[in-house]
Amino acid sequence: MTATRARGPRADATRADATRTDVTRTGAGRAGGARVSGLLRWPVRAASLATALLAWQILTAANVRFWVRFDRFPGPMDVLREFGRQVEEAQFWQDIAQSLVRILTGFALAAVLGVVLGVATARSRWAGDLLQPLFEVARPIPAIALVPVAILLFPANEQGIVFITFAAAFFPVLVSTRHAVKALPVVWEDAVRTLGAGRRRVLLRVVLPGVLPGVFGGLSIGMGVAWICVISAEMISGDFGVGYRTWQAYTIVDYPGVLVGMATIGLLGWLTSAAVEVAGRRLTRWLPREER
Amino acid sequence: MGGNGALSLRAEGVTLGYAGRPVVSGLNLAVAAGEILVVLGPSGCGKSTLLRAFAGLLPAASGRLVAGGEPVTGTSADRALVFQDDALLPWRTARRNVELALALRGVRRGERRATAARWLERVGLGDAADRLPRELSGGMRQRVQLARTLAAGPRAILMDEPFGALDAQTRASMQRLLLDVLADAPATVVFVTHDVDEALLLGHRIVVLGAAGVAAEFPVPASRDLLLAALGAAPEVVQDARPETRVEEREAV
Repeated sequence: MTATRARGPRADATRADATRTDVTRTGAGRAGGARVSGLLRWPVRAASLATALLAWQILTAANVRFWVRFDRFPGPMDVLREFGRQVEEAQFWQDIAQSLVRILTGFALAAVLGVVLGVATARSRWAGDLLQPLFEVARPIPAIALVPVAILLFPANEQGIVFITFAAAFFPVLVSTRHAVKALPVVWEDAVRTLGAGRRRVLLRVVLPGVLPGVFGGLSIGMGVAWICVISAEMISGDFGVGYRTWQAYTIVDYPGVLVGMATIGLLGWLTSAAVEVAGRRLTRWLPREER
Repeated sequence: MGGNGALSLRAEGVTLGYAGRPVVSGLNLAVAAGEILVVLGPSGCGKSTLLRAFAGLLPAASGRLVAGGEPVTGTSADRALVFQDDALLPWRTARRNVELALALRGVRRGERRATAARWLERVGLGDAADRLPRELSGGMRQRVQLARTLAAGPRAILMDEPFGALDAQTRASMQRLLLDVLADAPATVVFVTHDVDEALLLGHRIVVLGAAGVAAEFPVPASRDLLLAALGAAPEVVQDARPETRVEEREAV
């Protein structure tokens, strides 16, 4: 303990108070500024998107061939028409449902096992020694490279695709949970232990709530890579699903269909990532605004 | 709520350290049940380490730690530690932080809320019960921690410069609150501070910890001059006595 540390509490308190004032001040300033500039920013954002769509329309309508070739590329109106046709067909919705079931199953398994094993390997030396080497060996293998393994291992395609989705989302969740556990301030655990909590209660009352911000970081990344993998796996070995349908459209030279598939994947990915984001914000309201 | 009265504490030839580097060597110290022992000493002499050991957070490298006649083998709700810095769970409001201590003591859900509110009222934070720790100042957080500790009714309270972050007035009222609570529910207190006035105000006995264990020991009331002379070997302590808080504390004395 040094002299400066002995003076710590007061110095820390002053610093904390100073930070708080700053936060309030900038927070209020940001909110006020955001209202004004927010009104100006939305038209700019909308104009940006509109310009891109317009450029796409012009390039395809004029059949531009300038090293990049737009002559066979469908224009936005073709895609919109195809989209309008597809939403009226049951198959479109069946494909979406199929992909969603696959991704949500794989992702849920990854979330649960990632958190449980992340906490276990971070807190128990025994579990760490037993499992960590396996994880370190398996982690660098991209999940999509597991397609042949999945085909060999699982009797049904469906299970293989879920397995690949799981493998993709599992490691980001595992690693961020592990790091979050290791980064927990020791004083939280010590304080609760001296109030009489045993190992189980420390886990439930301190560790699990304390690692949530880190876990949600991993879940966000996990959701992103899970989509990459579920779509790729469907393209390679699926019988249904948005990825399968997109690849199918390509093989029958239905380019507007390909673009509808891409847009659908983008939209689904955005929706599921937003759901993870919203859940994360709701569960970590206690964090200072800028860390949420 | 608490156990059966105050808990005596004893260190018998205790050596404590981190990663094989001893901070306290061969310490002998006995604290009687219900006594308030104030520990003074230069920075790095092992005051906080000693508290952690009594709390059961740090096992002794050698020697024996005894609480109420039983060897200390781990943490227990009977021996609460009030930390120097933020020990509140940031996702729980002030009230829910206090309720946690009650829950861990097995207090029924229905009673927790009212008891926690009462304790927050006692530390002057009745209005801040539903605020998160980040919405409280450092001093307020420290008072919530005090409420959380006292609410659980521990039989020994180990306090690591608990009032260091408080302003003079709040500090004086927290010192009075501690003495009031102890009058109602006796507990043994080991209180670490750098503030000589605080030591004289709160302690039944003051020990000065040095590199080689207990360097000096004083019953209170002690001659202030004698105490300051003994602290000559530990100049930080004198420097750290905060001039701006002194006047009011002397009034409190």
